[in-house]
Amino acid sequence: MSYPAWLVGAASVLALTTAANAETITIATVNNGDMIRMQKLADAFTKDHPDIELEWVTLEENTLRQRVTQDIATNGGQFDVMTIGNYEVPLWAKQDWLLPLEGMPERYDADDILPAIAGGLSVDDTLYAAPFYGESAMLMYRTDLAEKAGVTIPDQPTWADIKAAAEAMTDKDNEIYGICLRGKAGWGENMAFITAMSNSYGARWFDMDWKPQFESEEWKATLTDYLDMMNNYGPPGASSNGFNENLALFQQGKCGMWIDATVAASFVTDPDDSTVADKVGFAQFPNKEGVDNHGNWLWSWNLAIPKSTNSPDAAKAFVAWATSKGYTDLVAEQEGWAAAPPGTRTSLYENPEYQKAAPFAEMTLNSINAVDTKKPSVQEIPYTGAQFVAIPEFQGIGTAVGQMFSAALAGQMSADQALQNAQNVTNREMMKAGYPK
Amino acid sequence: MARSASSRRKLGMTLFAWAIGILIFFPVLWTVLTSFKTEAEAIASPPSFLLFDWTLENYVEVQERSNYFRHFWNSVVISLGSTVLGLVIAIPAAWSMAFVPAKRTKDVLMWMLSTKMLPPVGVLIPIYLIFRNLGLLDTVGGLVIVLMLINLPIIIWMLFTYFREIPGEILEAARMDGAGLKAEIIHVLTPMAVPGIASTMLLNIILAWNEAFWTLNLTAAKAAPLTAFIASYSSPEGLFYAKLSAASTMAIAPILILGWFSQKQLVRGLTFGAVK
Repeated sequence: MSYPAWLVGAASVLALTTAANAETITIATVNNGDMIRMQKLADAFTKDHPDIELEWVTLEENTLRQRVTQDIATNGGQFDVMTIGNYEVPLWAKQDWLLPLEGMPERYDADDILPAIAGGLSVDDTLYAAPFYGESAMLMYRTDLAEKAGVTIPDQPTWADIKAAAEAMTDKDNEIYGICLRGKAGWGENMAFITAMSNSYGARWFDMDWKPQFESEEWKATLTDYLDMMNNYGPPGASSNGFNENLALFQQGKCGMWIDATVAASFVTDPDDSTVADKVGFAQFPNKEGVDNHGNWLWSWNLAIPKSTNSPDAAKAFVAWATSKGYTDLVAEQEGWAAAPPGTRTSLYENPEYQKAAPFAEMTLNSINAVDTKKPSVQEIPYTGAQFVAIPEFQGIGTAVGQMFSAALAGQMSADQALQNAQNVTNREMMKAGYPK
Repeated sequence: MARSASSRRKLGMTLFAWAIGILIFFPVLWTVLTSFKTEAEAIASPPSFLLFDWTLENYVEVQERSNYFRHFWNSVVISLGSTVLGLVIAIPAAWSMAFVPAKRTKDVLMWMLSTKMLPPVGVLIPIYLIFRNLGLLDTVGGLVIVLMLINLPIIIWMLFTYFREIPGEILEAARMDGAGLKAEIIHVLTPMAVPGIASTMLLNIILAWNEAFWTLNLTAAKAAPLTAFIASYSSPEGLFYAKLSAASTMAIAPILILGWFSQKQLVRGLTFGAVK
């Protein structure tokens, strides 16, 4: 055998051995643009870590939530890295289901993570998941329609400003609706918005004895104003509209204003998909006059490592790579700064190139910084949370209440009936769950 | 006069049947058309039916992002495997119920069917734990077993209906000629029931191919079939309808083609014994 042939043979054997010994980690993730981009760029990780192979399980949000919850609760061990929300992280960390993210590489710079985001992912000052992208909620509005209607929308509008602007912008004959809001039932659908709106009205889900508060004046004002705006200035069939439906309406130029997750800003300003890309203005989530609360909406998609993993080190290496500053630079290099995963790191918002590429950057950062997950309501409360209440029962209760409010929007019951039903169903479920604890 | 009224009635019925057919097929057609649109065109209002810029970019992206052929192969193995295994168990079971009925045979048949009335989610956690303990999670073998069990009552019921149409005297004659039980089932009964077995097989393949609850819950990366492939393109935060439509078209195409070519056998099998 000649020397080069021998060398090639040895190299092949070595390569095969390495491949055979490669550790495979399975990553469960959600199907959205930022996560798909991560999947596409993951070759950069495997190039640096030839001993780690990646398997992807991409699912729609609700299916993913059910799959990973079922797996982690039964110690199934199907996944080594899970994409979960900031609702799950503290609950699962307290159940001792997640590995703490200690001993991350020095260059990871955990102090750079936005404090509001890090706070929602920590239990006793220990980080249990690394944020991949974060979002709050804000107002997106059509600058051209506002100008035409002769209204000015301030950076920090009140609900009275919103109602007046919605009325002025509405032109139903031309299928222009002053305001588009979520109406589809679900704890992560209409209840995300209505809970944030109730926070900004000074309402709370529970008092200090865990008694539901839907009979309060603040809740009544919240729901009445929501229904009033949607019935008078909203699109038809709004009780079926979630994020995607409103996004489609806004991109098609049919909404004067839309209040929803900040991540929508990059979609509505993308000229490839949006017909109104250059006519969008941004403002903070509104508040009721006299209430110092802008909704307290905070969501982040995070990478966490379940205790059931057989490959904790490889999983941690991947999490550190995907949520690092280096990954953000890689995205910027490959796809431009506007595509960088938003809402997690201070350094991104200090970067002048990102500020230039993303006109919504400042408002997104302001919205996230305004959130206090330890105290989402201005009143005294026994829970933490944001546009949700951070208790395991909230998924069920939130969806049940969401169905009442969606039915009220569809005209099947009055606001008072919906609030009464919400009070009854929440009271019953909380009693069954053994509150107060 | 009577003849003209009859042709008018026939024409009316034909048009009605076509209208129903188009109504049922329209969602599939719309999905296929959307798969050739851009994401912006997919949500355009009013929507365009045929006059849009046709593109294959969604198919290219789906193929780049996902390993279609691995999902396809898993679907083929799971649906064929569960069907064959189901037939192996169901043929003797249906034989005994059709030709050697006991006092409680009807009750047994009803009990079998009653297992289909339980919502699958009711037994999800026990089955998940059993699969975890047996190391069957995310394995093709595990899915073959679970889908076979789920469809077994339907297979037995269908075969039972076909077998009852076969005169028992023929089997008796075989027995008198010295055929044992095995030879009677394999060499006499099965060849006579081939049309019924074929249509049962086709229906079961379609049911297994389209099954989404267990295939999504018991798989992760390795054994995931085409149902998981479609699910990976659905998103509540972001408009990916065109890509989702392309993934759906790719997933349903094989079974649609199979159904198209075997529709005669399928209809015959499903209506067998309905009219005497």
